[in-house]
Amino acid sequence: MKTKLADVINPSAIYTLWLRETIRFFRLRSRVLGSLGMPLFFLAFLALLPVEPSSVHGLRYIDFLAPGIIGMTLLFSSTFAGLSVIWDKEFGFLREIMVAPVSRVSIILGRIAGGMTTSMFQGILMLLAAFPMGFRIRGLPSGGEATTLAILIGVLLSVLFMILISATFIGMGVAFASKLKDMSGYSLVMNFLVFPIFFLSGALFPLDDFPRWMRMLAYADPLTYGVDALRRCLVGVGEFPLLLDFAALALSGAVTVWLGAYLFERAEG
Amino acid sequence: MDAIVAERLTKCFNGLKAVDSVTFRVREGEIFGLLGPNGAGKTTLLKMLATLLKPTSGSARVCGYDVVSDADEVRRRIGVVFQEPTLDIKLTAFENLDFHARMYGMGKEERRRRIREVLRLVGLEDKADVLVENFSGGMQRRLEIARGLLHSPEVLFLDEPTLGLDVQTRKSIWEYIKERNEEEGVTVVVTTHYMEEAEFLCDRVAIMDFGKVIAAGTPESLKASCGSAVITIAVDGSAQSRSRNQDGVAEAERLAAILSELEFVEEAGVRGCGRGRGSVVEVNVRGSGETCIPELVLAAAKAGIGIKSLSFRKPTLEDVFLKLTGREIRDEGEGGFKDFVRWTHVLWHRRRR
Repeated sequence: MKTKLADVINPSAIYTLWLRETIRFFRLRSRVLGSLGMPLFFLAFLALLPVEPSSVHGLRYIDFLAPGIIGMTLLFSSTFAGLSVIWDKEFGFLREIMVAPVSRVSIILGRIAGGMTTSMFQGILMLLAAFPMGFRIRGLPSGGEATTLAILIGVLLSVLFMILISATFIGMGVAFASKLKDMSGYSLVMNFLVFPIFFLSGALFPLDDFPRWMRMLAYADPLTYGVDALRRCLVGVGEFPLLLDFAALALSGAVTVWLGAYLFERAEG
Repeated sequence: MDAIVAERLTKCFNGLKAVDSVTFRVREGEIFGLLGPNGAGKTTLLKMLATLLKPTSGSARVCGYDVVSDADEVRRRIGVVFQEPTLDIKLTAFENLDFHARMYGMGKEERRRRIREVLRLVGLEDKADVLVENFSGGMQRRLEIARGLLHSPEVLFLDEPTLGLDVQTRKSIWEYIKERNEEEGVTVVVTTHYMEEAEFLCDRVAIMDFGKVIAAGTPESLKASCGSAVITIAVDGSAQSRSRNQDGVAEAERLAAILSELEFVEEAGVRGCGRGRGSVVEVNVRGSGETCIPELVLAAAKAGIGIKSLSFRKPTLEDVFLKLTGREIRDEGEGGFKDFVRWTHVLWHRRRR
């Protein structure tokens, strides 16, 4: 059997799947609004809490919180994008995809590309929404003044990390979707996996405040590194070196995407 | 060359044989039907041929390519219309077709031309930009068939293409499939449990039951195995001894036995259906059916059996199925008691193997 790279990775098929995902996303505007609602209220109400700057790395709480909420938005929208495989299963469209002469790898890449676009869009929308609430970007170098260059580098790097966060959780969503038969398992995944991932990530309060056993769990949570990296890039404060954040997220992204592709490939339509 | 060659194709689900060692060939350019009741294994067989399920054992080649080791080559050459809807209802008709065309690697010009062509063929050209969720069931079905043909496949698989559609839509879809077959020369494999569909559409038919192909051939040759005509005789049991023979069951049995002896009778037996259960005799006859009627009546009169009514018709594929299995092919609505009985029967049968 001969296998050419163009057979395995088929750019036009990946583009087609991406196109469909984006058309659907922008057609269902109520879904966009709905999915942004929860993080928006988290941000708006939690930012009102009288949190001492000394307990959150010397930041105003809104500055501490906003990167965490952006991470939350990415987590929820990416998982949802991954799980949308189940929707396609229920509405039958998955069959149309599976019977096409396109490799499973290309199908999963197209889905990830589409999901990444939509969840990045939501993450950036969230970032913009944080400004009216008093959030200010200070850029990468910690302390000191916010120079234009620092801000620019910070924002660009944060986009890179948003991509990695999206990939990780879309991969996770696809892996679960390949195992679940219908939407009934969806809320199970959301409530028992996605929420703990969110609360453990240090998005709402610093990891220092966690009990020891909880810190251990937090270190195993990919979103912890994602939120930390976003905080470092946007407001200049973080717990880990940026390189560690990058390595952890790249690893988790590679693992979940591989796992998602593997399980998706094995699922019989 | 044969478009499809299946050899001892088998698929087990948890030890149950859904498809049991099926062997058949489909010639290039013909319309081939898989006829059988619900649960006979038609859809499973079709999914294996369409590369969606891996066979447990046996092999199949479509357009000369193995469905397991050369799945992508097979996929390139086939179109599939599934039993359940597989459209993205949040996209328009055009977008659904465009998605399909792109997935099959069609160029921009070809895409536009073919999409316009197939939309016109199924009479949806003015609905191109309407969201599919606003389509009726029949319109969705037509769009799916259009999509199955969009990339000009060599073999088109249709799984119960007219299930749940009204008579007019069904007719127009049949005619449409026939036209495509004649004009584009596409080989068509269609599963169905409607005899009329198989008779109208198919050049050849394989009858399936409990995962096996129990008969195959042209509809004419299959029907010929049931004789040239089917004569149904309702026995009048009220004439005598009503108290002893309720509804004249014994009378009917006696008549069937007598008629079986006649040399032009292929087969005669008591058929039960509905309220007249047991008092109806069905006779399959050879030769010219009409001329047999007087002789049948004479034989009944000689034996002193009264005839209430008598009807005459050409055999259908239903009769073929009845003759082969002793059961009727029609499903009596879903979820009813008869379905339950049938399913326990299916399970019992399969466990024994």
